[in-house]
Parts: sequence; C-alpha cells; structure tokens
Amino acid sequence: MAAESVIRVEQLAARFDGRTIFEKVSFEVRRGEVFVILGGSGCGKSTLLKHMIGLYEPAEGGIEILGQRIETLEGAARQALLRRIGVMWQSGALFGSSTLAENIMVPLEEHTGLPPEARALVAQVKLGLVGLADAALRLPAEISGGMAKRAGIARAMALDPPILFLDEPSAGLDPITSAGLDALIRQLARDLGTTFVVVTHELQSILAIGDRCIMLDKEAKGMIAEGDPRQLRDTSDNPVVRAFFRREVLAP
Amino acid sequence: MTAAAAAGPAAEPATLEARPDGAALRLSFRGTLDTAAVSRLWATTGRDAARAKSLILDLAGVTALDTSGAAFLLHLERQAAKTSWQGLTDARVQAVLDRTRQALAQPPPQPPPSLPFLGHIGQATVQTGRNMLGGVAFLGEVLVASLGILRRPWRLRLPELLRHLDEAGLRAFGLTALLGVLIGLILAFQSSIPMRQFGAEIFIPNLVGISLLRELGPLMAAVILSGRTGSAFAAELGTMTVNEEVDALRIMGIDPIAWLVLPRVLAALLVMPVLALLLDLAGLIGMAGVMTSLGFTPAAVVNQLQAAVKLKDLVGGLFKAAMFGLAIGLVGCRAGLSAGRGPRAVGDAATAAVVGGIVSIVLLDGICAVLFFRLGW
Repeated sequence: MAAESVIRVEQLAARFDGRTIFEKVSFEVRRGEVFVILGGSGCGKSTLLKHMIGLYEPAEGGIEILGQRIETLEGAARQALLRRIGVMWQSGALFGSSTLAENIMVPLEEHTGLPPEARALVAQVKLGLVGLADAALRLPAEISGGMAKRAGIARAMALDPPILFLDEPSAGLDPITSAGLDALIRQLARDLGTTFVVVTHELQSILAIGDRCIMLDKEAKGMIAEGDPRQLRDTSDNPVVRAFFRREVLAP
Repeated sequence: MTAAAAAGPAAEPATLEARPDGAALRLSFRGTLDTAAVSRLWATTGRDAARAKSLILDLAGVTALDTSGAAFLLHLERQAAKTSWQGLTDARVQAVLDRTRQALAQPPPQPPPSLPFLGHIGQATVQTGRNMLGGVAFLGEVLVASLGILRRPWRLRLPELLRHLDEAGLRAFGLTALLGVLIGLILAFQSSIPMRQFGAEIFIPNLVGISLLRELGPLMAAVILSGRTGSAFAAELGTMTVNEEVDALRIMGIDPIAWLVLPRVLAALLVMPVLALLLDLAGLIGMAGVMTSLGFTPAAVVNQLQAAVKLKDLVGGLFKAAMFGLAIGLVGCRAGLSAGRGPRAVGDAATAAVVGGIVSIVLLDGICAVLFFRLGW
C-alpha cells in the first residue's frame, strides 16, 4: 500500500507583476519519501518551495501540508504548522553571531519548555546526526560550505519536524561533500522517517536521493514530468526531460 | 488515513507511569514521546532517575519516538547507575534510538579555558598595539598612494571622487543648514539670558560668531560627516572586504588604497570646509533671527559681527574642518578595510568608524587649540 500523502499541491500558480512563473502545478508528497523538485535555472523551483512553506501566497490553487491549507492559516494555527516543518536555506542562513549549537537552540528555546541542559543535549544530538558534533562551539564564519549545509539541516531538524524542505543542498559543494550530504539525507529519511522535499538541479543528487520527483520547465511555465527520476531518465519521451537527464544541448 | 494523521507525532501525547519494581524504578512510557512530551517530563523524571539505583525503561506503550525523545531516554540512562530496557519491539523506535545513541557517541567539545585577569590585560595590550601598528601602516600606505597620485594625477578616479563629493557633501547640505540654524538660535537664546542682566545683549553676535566660526561650526559639521559619511565608508568598504572584493582588487594588481581609499579621503577633505562654512552661515542666520526678535536691527548685528569676528577666525575654523575631514575619511576607510569576517563585521566597522572619527576630531581639536594659542591666532 502506498504511503499517505503529507503534502498536496493543487493547481498552484505563481505570478509576480503579471508575469507567470508557473501554473497548474499539482502533485503529492508521500510520508517518508525523498521528493525532488527539479528543473533548469529560472524555472521556479525555489519559488515553488517558498509557496510550499507559506512565504508566498499562491496566485491560484492551494497547498495542503499535514492536512492543513497553509495559505489560509493565520496566527497560532499557522505557527503550530510552521513548527512541524523545517527548512534548510540555500545559503545556510545560520545566525552568524551564534555558535552552531546556539543556532539549534534558538527554536528549542522559543518553542519548547525544555530546560537549558536538555536544549544543549538535543542540540548535541542534532549536530551528531549530521556529523558535526565536534563543531558545536564554532561560528558559521569558521566552517566550510559543506559544514554550513549540514548545520542548516541540523537546525531545520531542531524541533523534529516530520517534513524537511531543503533548498539546493548540493549547490556549490565538491562531489565528495555533495555525495556525503546525499548519503546523510537518505540515512535521515530511513532512520527517522522524515519526509524530505529537496529542490535541486544536481543530476547526481537527484538520482542518488530521489524516490520521486517533478520537473518544472521555464518555457512550459509548469510541470512537464512526474515520477521516479531513474525511470524518467531512461524512458521519458519529453525532449526537455531527456536533455536534462542526459546533459544534452536542447535543439532550438 | 488523512495527511494530518500521517504526520505521526503529536497525535497521542505521551504519558509516564513511574513505580517501584523491586529495588528498581520502572518508568513506563505510553504514546508519542516527542519534544513536547520531553518538555513536560524532563525536570521531574530526571530527578527521579538520578535518585534511583536501578532504572527500568519500559517502552512497550511508545507509539512514536523522535530524536528529542530518544535524547531524553538516553539522558535518563546516563543518570541512573544501572538501566535495563524493556518493550523495545517497534523497529522504528529502535532505529531512532540507535541513531540518537550514535549521534551522542562523540563527546561535545569543551570551550577553551578562559584567560586569567592578567591574561586579559595582556591580550588587550597586544591587540591595541597591533591596531596602532596597523593604523601606522595604513597611514603609510595612504601616503605612498597619495604621492603616486601626485606624480600621475590622471590615475585618480574622478567619477568616484565626484560621487563621494555628492554623497558626503551635497546630500548633507539640508541637514547641515538645519542644524546650523538651530545651533545659532539656541546659542543666541541661551546667552541672551545672562547677558540681559548686564545689558550686554548687543554682544551676543560676538559670542555666537566667534564660537561658531572657531569651534562649533567645524566640530558640528565633523560630527555630521562622521555619522553620515564615515560610517558609510566603513560599511561599504567593510562589505567589500567581507565579500573578498578587496582581495580581488589586490590579485588584479590594483592598489585598493589608490582605488578605494583616496577618492573617499579626498572627498571628505574637500567637503568638510564647505559643510563647516554652511553651518557657520546658517548658525549666524539663526542668531540674527533671535537678535531681531530681541529688537536689534540687522545692520546692528552685522556691524557687531564685523567688529568682533576676524578673517583668521574663519580661516582657522575652515583649516580645522579640513583636518577633521581628513581624519574622518581615514578612520572610516581604515575601519572598513580592517573589517573581520561574518555578519557582525560590517556593523562593527561602522561603529568603529563613528566612534574613532569623533574621538579623533576631538583630539585634533585639542591639538589645534594649542597650536593656535602658540601662533597667537
């Protein structure tokens, strides 16, 4: 039996100043899977992610997360839902004046009644989960790009949300670090049952981590494919999808 | 099942039953052991576990466990002398527990030992010495770059100089004029009270004129320049330093001092006498307004000013203003170029520029006061 869906996107459209970024985007994300949103530069991947986490209001359609329409929620109900998702930003977005451990303790301090020693222990667990246990006292400026991405994941997991959104986790990383991050995402999905929604255009990562994916296209202004990324690579008839997975130049 | 139900945790809040089991304390958990449950249970259960000689952690009723819950269970295990686990039949719960145990295997790093009091003094002394040396080196670099520009003046970036003249000067005219009028007005009003007692109100232009031209005009204009422009120099150059743009210039064989610092310092040097003059004039206008309200004619005020204020007062004030401008430009650029790393670096640089700028103008003012006294100005 297929797992239940934790996210439903229905007929979503994004428009800015009358310009359509994408429209008629519909898909579901199932519990415990690593779901990849892929596509070329400028196709609206990050815009879609920002709609899904409630930062942007849809021009049309809606997004249901854990059974609740995020765009219609306000006040305490919205805060309660936001506590059940975690986001790793493309740049890491770590608080520069705080150590990595303190970065993780910020949401714990704000949203839980855990005493300081418990917060410190939970922060230690999160950093240990992403392999940064020995970097707890370092500042974001003192760590590498790969470590910043890991720390971003650790902070996103601070409240143990059932869904994690990752924006371009492999961007700017060397292949070995990128592969390590891919392995970490798979491990966390397997061991903790966390659902991952990953925005990326890194082919290797898509094939390594993705259970299912959708592909957005700038020209089509919407979704052009959905399914298992390996199957799409091998069997898709769409020339854009084939060109993307085979790194081919698209004929004009 | 709906998506909400699929979310798992938070559906069934955890409950805990603690009871003696022989010599041990049995803790039986039920429901979802997540962050919210841990927040409720941490303090009391931790104390109970610490008192127990032996602990039995019964997880048979646990339906879901997150890493915070697992961290809590492992914390309890550490608290007790002896712990046994029961009811660990759910593979998912076991997986989370194992992963968390693995994450906690490496001990957390310890903060470096703090310095003793004398150590702090030594550290501060070394840091201050380094800063002073850095300042001297920066002055030397600016001097060398200035000599280079004097030999080849076409190397000076004129558009950049004009941009800074506009930003530091023209755009500050409104603020400077407003503050000048207000200062002249306040000085005149305040001095009129004691002077009226002696019937000496006609000497208010002497007092305000000399104060403004010799001292307050340059000083207030310098405070404006330091707050507006010194901090802007530091923030702009600090951002460029943090973004490695300054390193990029160096690698391209371009001297950042000639490229970035000289146009700014020159602009500050040129614009300060103009701002000080504007502030002087605005202040005198403000004073004249008060004198008119006290019943004096404009002609009387002008005559009094002509008699009291000498050209050397104005020239001395404008000379000081130019020195202040030079200092503010240098301090602002130095703060920006020596910015550290991280998001606080730019803010720290801007603060250092304003504080350093104001301290340096007060110091320079003191030096000028002694110098003018010796010269008989």
